[in-house]
Amino acid sequence: MNKTAASLLLVGALALPALADARPVTLTTQMKDYGGDGAYLAIYVTDAKGQYKKTLWVSGKKAKYYKNLRDWARGSGMKASEFDGVSGASVGSGRTLKVTVEVADALIDAGYEIRVDSAVEDMRDHPGEVRAPLTTAGAGKPVAGRGYVKSLTYTM
Amino acid sequence: MMRQLHSLVGLVAAVLLVVLAISGAILSLDPALDRLGATVPARGQFSVATLAGRVAQHYPGAEQIQRTPSGTILVYYDRDGQVGVDRVDPLTGQGIGPHVPSAFSRWLKNLHRSFLLDTPGRAAAGILALIMLMLAISGIVLLVKRLGGWRHVAGPLRGTLVQRWHAYVGRIVVLGLLLSALTGIYMSAVTFEFMPDGAQNDPDFPSVVATGPAAAVTALPALQAVDLSDFRELVYPYPGDASAVYSLSTTQGDGYVDPVNGALLSYLPHDGIGSTHEWIHRLHTGEGLWWLGLLLGLCALSVPLMSVTGTLTWWQRRRSMPRIAGNSGAQAADAIILVGSENNSTWGFAATLHDALTQAGLRVHTAAMNQLASEYRQAKWLFVLTATYGDGDPPSSAQRFLARLPRLKVNPDTGFAVLGFGDRQFPQFCGFARDADAALHAQGWHRSLDLETIDRQSGQAFTRWGNAVGKLLGRDLSLLHTPVRPRTRSFELIERVDYGQEVQAPTSILRFRAVAREGVAGRLTRLLGGNGLPRFEVGDLVGILPPGSAIPRFYSLASKSGDGFLEICVRKLPDGVCSQFLHGLDVGGRIDAFIQLHPDFRPASGKAAVILIGSGTGIGPLAGFIRNNTGKHPMYLYWGGRDPASDFLYEPELGAYLADGRLTALHAAFSRVKDGAYVQDKVLGDAPQMRELIAAGAQVLVCGSRGMAKGIAQALDEILATVGLDVQTLKKQGRYREDVF
Repeated sequence: MNKTAASLLLVGALALPALADARPVTLTTQMKDYGGDGAYLAIYVTDAKGQYKKTLWVSGKKAKYYKNLRDWARGSGMKASEFDGVSGASVGSGRTLKVTVEVADALIDAGYEIRVDSAVEDMRDHPGEVRAPLTTAGAGKPVAGRGYVKSLTYTM
Repeated sequence: MMRQLHSLVGLVAAVLLVVLAISGAILSLDPALDRLGATVPARGQFSVATLAGRVAQHYPGAEQIQRTPSGTILVYYDRDGQVGVDRVDPLTGQGIGPHVPSAFSRWLKNLHRSFLLDTPGRAAAGILALIMLMLAISGIVLLVKRLGGWRHVAGPLRGTLVQRWHAYVGRIVVLGLLLSALTGIYMSAVTFEFMPDGAQNDPDFPSVVATGPAAAVTALPALQAVDLSDFRELVYPYPGDASAVYSLSTTQGDGYVDPVNGALLSYLPHDGIGSTHEWIHRLHTGEGLWWLGLLLGLCALSVPLMSVTGTLTWWQRRRSMPRIAGNSGAQAADAIILVGSENNSTWGFAATLHDALTQAGLRVHTAAMNQLASEYRQAKWLFVLTATYGDGDPPSSAQRFLARLPRLKVNPDTGFAVLGFGDRQFPQFCGFARDADAALHAQGWHRSLDLETIDRQSGQAFTRWGNAVGKLLGRDLSLLHTPVRPRTRSFELIERVDYGQEVQAPTSILRFRAVAREGVAGRLTRLLGGNGLPRFEVGDLVGILPPGSAIPRFYSLASKSGDGFLEICVRKLPDGVCSQFLHGLDVGGRIDAFIQLHPDFRPASGKAAVILIGSGTGIGPLAGFIRNNTGKHPMYLYWGGRDPASDFLYEPELGAYLADGRLTALHAAFSRVKDGAYVQDKVLGDAPQMRELIAAGAQVLVCGSRGMAKGIAQALDEILATVGLDVQTLKKQGRYREDVF
């Protein structure tokens, strides 16, 4: 994952003008022992009403299953440009996903929240199973999920 | 070509196919087990709204209701922040228990579709499905060819035990395997997005929904309109989301339901691609089609058996084909040698010719006559070396030669020569060699040498023919053939019953046991409780080498190795080296012998009656067939001897077989008594029954002297003329088999 993070930072450096007012945020997603195949996750930012804003991370490589990440799919339109460079493998039962992404300062402490949609083959979908306010105060505090996610913690 | 493809592909893929098949067979139980646990109300009993209402009473925090293809109702719920899934009784809405998908099934499913290796494994599984398809299709083609056309595809089977099992089981399961393979290929193609599955066609999320308080779930018209048996899934709106709607999925289509007025929004019926995908998926998994799932599972269970019997068949065939060192390709060779052989002795001569031609600087291709290619591009010479079987019939490695010959492209630069092998004592000496010679000539091939014949494996005659061939080639060709002594085993006489002294036909039934082998192999056999006999079945041949001779004499076996003894029936001939030797044996005496398979001469599988006709020692294998008829299929024996007082071979045994039902009827004729008769007279006397049995699909096996066999064929032609059948037709259908000597 370090490698991914490093390459992401590199991408960030190259795209510096667009991300001038952004900071690295590390997302740590701890999965439950839900006893199924690898989970597809979408970690994204919405406003308080659930309106999609930005994709932070997508786990799972087969785009044909993305529609099971229902709310994110609806908001992002599953357009590749939305998750270009911020996707990786699905996350197994009991595993932890740790990624560092760039988040614009404008989204922090401005009433936005981080949401997680999850889906596992042959098991139910959990849209918006995690809802964590994106605030500096909330950083470092784990937020429990309702589905396959045990907790999501972000640090900045 | 088809056979090589079938064998090669099968051998390579066998192990992995077995993994796929066994995992698939176990998975096939899932739909049936699901169905067993599910309550499935009849169509029209109640709607999704009613179900949702019942569920709401027990699950106020219901988030999703799902109906699996087998009819199980699952409810996903949230209770005090804890989510769970329960199986629910659709009649009451009450929970039956938590739904815990089996980890074993999940593991098995991953094994089945990807060998637990994700994408590369999925690709492998897809390729294996393709291989399964090839095996199924080539298997069908081979079976149809072997049985002589589609009309006979359900007909009786012949061959060695493993061959019969392979064909018998294959014939039953091939359609199931074909379906599994085809649907598996499709599913793999969908996974790799070579084909669409229609899943991308989702309804648009409704942009406008009614405002106001949400109605009770039971009051929503869109849900009232859907019968439970069409229902798939209902996802509840997210609490606290103002624009939230229900999403509803049915067998016909998908859409959203307005929680306020219950209207169906953005409904999108399933398109052809989507429903086709669903059907193929169900055909493969048996989901919702539990009976089909079980059938396919049973078919898949045959794959290990098919792999083993297929491999053994390949091995048997390979072993029985003599190894030719330095064989050139059919299209590259200057000289082609085609061999027609019944018991491999002709192959020895062919190998000598092959080596001599190779030494003379030619590229030589040697093959069985059945393996005739469609052309021989470079061939200057075509040599046909063939024996003759029975009454002028082709030997086993040449049975398809005459039928295939017209398809061989005539090469004007090629000259042919036919060399026949046989025994002048028999009336149709080298009959088939004559036929092959005439057929080649008739096809327009240039005859370089007139037909030559070799009497009783004469080395001198072969050398003479070799000189003629050498002259033709303009090279020195010395053909020195010394028959190779076959690898024999030692057998010990344990019992003999003598008949026929009084009627000048001394005949003995001889029983042998295997002499225990020295060393590890022998000890291992004894340890495993084996009788040490090589594998053989009734009707196979035993080649016996009398002391001081390298040329074996063949006798039809009257027992199978499972009987625990090797039994033959031998008449003492005045100038027969081997029969004199055998008759002189006392109990405890030993012989050197080997087994020659003869799979064509035995009762076919199936329930059809078997008519056994024989004379003299020909009764040996016939009695063996009856002894092993433990399934008590109808068997009729017609047999001719000389005098019931002297040479009624197997009389006590036959009596016992009649009594316990292994033998249906016995008709014995004797020639040296008052009003004496031959066996063909008995057959003619029973004409109506004979006609009836054969018309009903009976099989005829004839064993004995050539003269008798000819008489029987004439008698049967006469009998069958009225029903438009004849022996030739029966032979073609594989229902008339002769073992003559």
